[in-house]
Amino acid sequence: MSESPELAPSDPSLTADNSRRSFLLRAGLFLNAIALTVFAVPIVGYLLAPMRRASFLKWISLGPVTGFPENQTRLAVYSNPFRLPWDGSTADIPCWVRRLTGDSFQVFATNCSHLGCPVRWFPESELFMCPCHGGTFHADGARASGPPPRGLYEYPYKVVNGELWIKAGQMPVMSLSEA
Amino acid sequence: MAKLSTWVATIGDWLSLRLGASGQPSDGREYRVPSNAISWSYVFGSATAVVLLLELVTGLCLALVYAPSADNAWESLLYLNYHQPLGWYVRALHYWGSNFLVALMIIHLLQVFILGAYKYPRELTWISGVLLLILTLAMALTGEVLRFDQESYWDLAIGFALVGRTPLIGGFLVHFLMGGPIIAGATLARMFTVHVLLLPAAILALTGLHLLMAYRLGISEWPMPGRFVNRDTYLANYRDQLARDGEPLIPNGLRNDLFFAAIIILAVIVTSAILGPKGPNGAPNPSIIRTRPHPDFYFLWMEALMGLLPSWLDTPFAFLVLPLLVLGLIALPLISPIGERHILRRPLSLVIAIVALTVLAATTWLGTSDPWSPHMDAWSSTPTPADYLKGRTPLEIQGAILIQSKQCRNCHALGGAGGMRGPALDNTATRLTRNELIRQILQGGGNMPAYGKALKPAEVDAIVAFLMTMHPPNEPPAHNSARPAGLPDTGG
Repeated sequence: MSESPELAPSDPSLTADNSRRSFLLRAGLFLNAIALTVFAVPIVGYLLAPMRRASFLKWISLGPVTGFPENQTRLAVYSNPFRLPWDGSTADIPCWVRRLTGDSFQVFATNCSHLGCPVRWFPESELFMCPCHGGTFHADGARASGPPPRGLYEYPYKVVNGELWIKAGQMPVMSLSEA
Repeated sequence: MAKLSTWVATIGDWLSLRLGASGQPSDGREYRVPSNAISWSYVFGSATAVVLLLELVTGLCLALVYAPSADNAWESLLYLNYHQPLGWYVRALHYWGSNFLVALMIIHLLQVFILGAYKYPRELTWISGVLLLILTLAMALTGEVLRFDQESYWDLAIGFALVGRTPLIGGFLVHFLMGGPIIAGATLARMFTVHVLLLPAAILALTGLHLLMAYRLGISEWPMPGRFVNRDTYLANYRDQLARDGEPLIPNGLRNDLFFAAIIILAVIVTSAILGPKGPNGAPNPSIIRTRPHPDFYFLWMEALMGLLPSWLDTPFAFLVLPLLVLGLIALPLISPIGERHILRRPLSLVIAIVALTVLAATTWLGTSDPWSPHMDAWSSTPTPADYLKGRTPLEIQGAILIQSKQCRNCHALGGAGGMRGPALDNTATRLTRNELIRQILQGGGNMPAYGKALKPAEVDAIVAFLMTMHPPNEPPAHNSARPAGLPDTGG
C-alpha cells in the first residue's frame, strides 16, 4: 500500500534502522507481553482452583454399624468434608446404605446414573426408583430397567472399630465414575 | 502477510457495511420506514426490548435484597415473599417478565424468519439476535438456579449430570462449573456472577449492536413474491422505496409498537399481580430426596426429549445434534443471504419452521404432563377402583393388594389414576395371556424391571389372577391361538 514514494517518511529518524524508536516499540511490546503473562497466570490459576485435584475423596464416618439393620437399606446423611462455612444444608449429602450381613455393606449414591435425580428405595418391591425418567435399580444397585446406562454409583466402604466409613466427597457423574 | 491484510480488509468491509451503511435516502428528510412495514407483524422486536428493560429494572431491585449465599439465599427469597413490602410483586414481575421475554423473542425470531428479513444486508442483525436468544435462555437457566430451592438444586444436578457425560473432560468441567466437588455455596456464587454480571453486560452490548444495525440499515420492507434480494441493488432499491413512499418513524412507524408494548407490559403486570411469584418450594437440602425436579417452562422440551429419546441417544443429542441445530440457526443468513424473501417461495424454510414449531410445542406440552415419570406416591395414595374388586375371589383381591403394595401403580394406571410410565392395567387381560403376564412380571423388559427376586411364587399367582380379570365384561381375555380352543392356557 505504501508503494508511492511521497508517502515514504522524510524524517530520517522514522526509518526502520533508527534504533531508539524501534527499540522503544519492541521494548513496549515485550514489556506488555510480560505484564500480561504475569497478570494472567495467577488469574487463570485462581479460576482453575476448583479443578486443582482430579477427585475430591475422603474417608467419612456414617456412624456405628448398629445403626444399619441387617438385610435392610437405609438412607444415611453425611456432612461433605470439603464443605465451606456458607454452604448451609447443601453440604448435607445423602446416600443409601445396604447392610447385607455382619460387616458386608453396599453404599450407593442417591444420584441416578441417568441424569442425577435422587433415587428412592422401595423395600416392598426391592427396587430403587428414579422419579425423573423411571429408571430402576435392583437392591444390589444393578440397573433393572429404564434409561440409566449403568448401575448406581457405589462408594468404597470399610468398617473400623464397629463404625462404617465410606470414601466420598464429590457428586458422582458419568466421567467421575469412582463416585 | 499480504493475504492476511486482504482478509482483514474483506471482513472489515463486510462489517462496516452492516454496521455503517445507511438505508435512509440522502434527501435530508426525517427518519423513515417503508409504509408496508407499518404492520402488526413488526411489533415483536420493540416489545422484546421493552420487556428486557422491565427485567433489568426488576432484577436490579431484587439484587438489592437477595442474598447470593447457599445458606441464606432460600431464606432471603422467603423474606422477599413475605416480609419485604412488595417483594413478592417484584419477584413475580421478574419471573413472569422472563416468560414473556422468551416467548416474545421466539415469536420475533419466527417473524423475521418467515418474512425473510435476515437476508442481505441484515445478516449480522439476525446473528446478533440469535446470540441474544441464547444468552437470554442462559439467563433463564441461571435465574432458575438463583431461585435456590429444592427444585433448583436438582435441576442443577441434572444439568451437571449431563455436562459430566462430556467425553474426557466431563469431570473437570463439572468441578469447574460447580466451583467445587458438590453443588454448594461456590456453585450459587458462580451462577449469581453469571446471571447478574456477565450475561447482562453481554446482553446489553449485543442489544445495542442489534438496535444500532436495525436503525442504520432500516426496517425491512414487506416481502413481495418474485422480488429477489440482490447484493448490488438492494440498498439502492430500499432507499428509492423510502424516498417514494416511506413514512416517518415518528409517529407513524411507532404507533403499533407503542400500543403493543403497552399491552404486553400490562399483561406482565396483571399476570404477576394475579399469579404471584414462583416458589421458592422446599429448602435446597439434598438429603430431602422426596422430590421431583422440573425445569422451568422454557426447558420442558429438553426434559421431554431426554425422557423420550432412547437412552443411547441422550448424549449424542445433547452434545452433537443440539449444538449443530444452534449453529445452523446462527449461520442461517450466511447459508441463504440472497434470493426470494416471501415465505411461499421458500418451501423448505416453511417446512423447517412448521416442523421446528411442532416439535417444540409437542415436547413442551408433553413436558407439562411428563408421562415418562413414575408417580412416586401412587402406590399408597391412589386406591384400586372399587368396581375392580366387586365379586372377586380372595386370591384376586390379594393380587389387587399386591399391585398396590409392590409399587406397580407408580408406573401403571388403574381407572385413569397412577403413573403412565407403563401401560394402564385396565385391559391387560385382553392384551397378554396368562403365561405372557407371568413372564413379563418375572423377567420385566420394555422399561419394566424384573420382579422375579421381589415376589414369591404365590404372590405372582395372586397378581396374575387379578390381572386376568382386567378385561371388559363383553370381551374375553387374550388366549394363546397356538392352542386348540377349549383347553386351558396354562403350562408351558
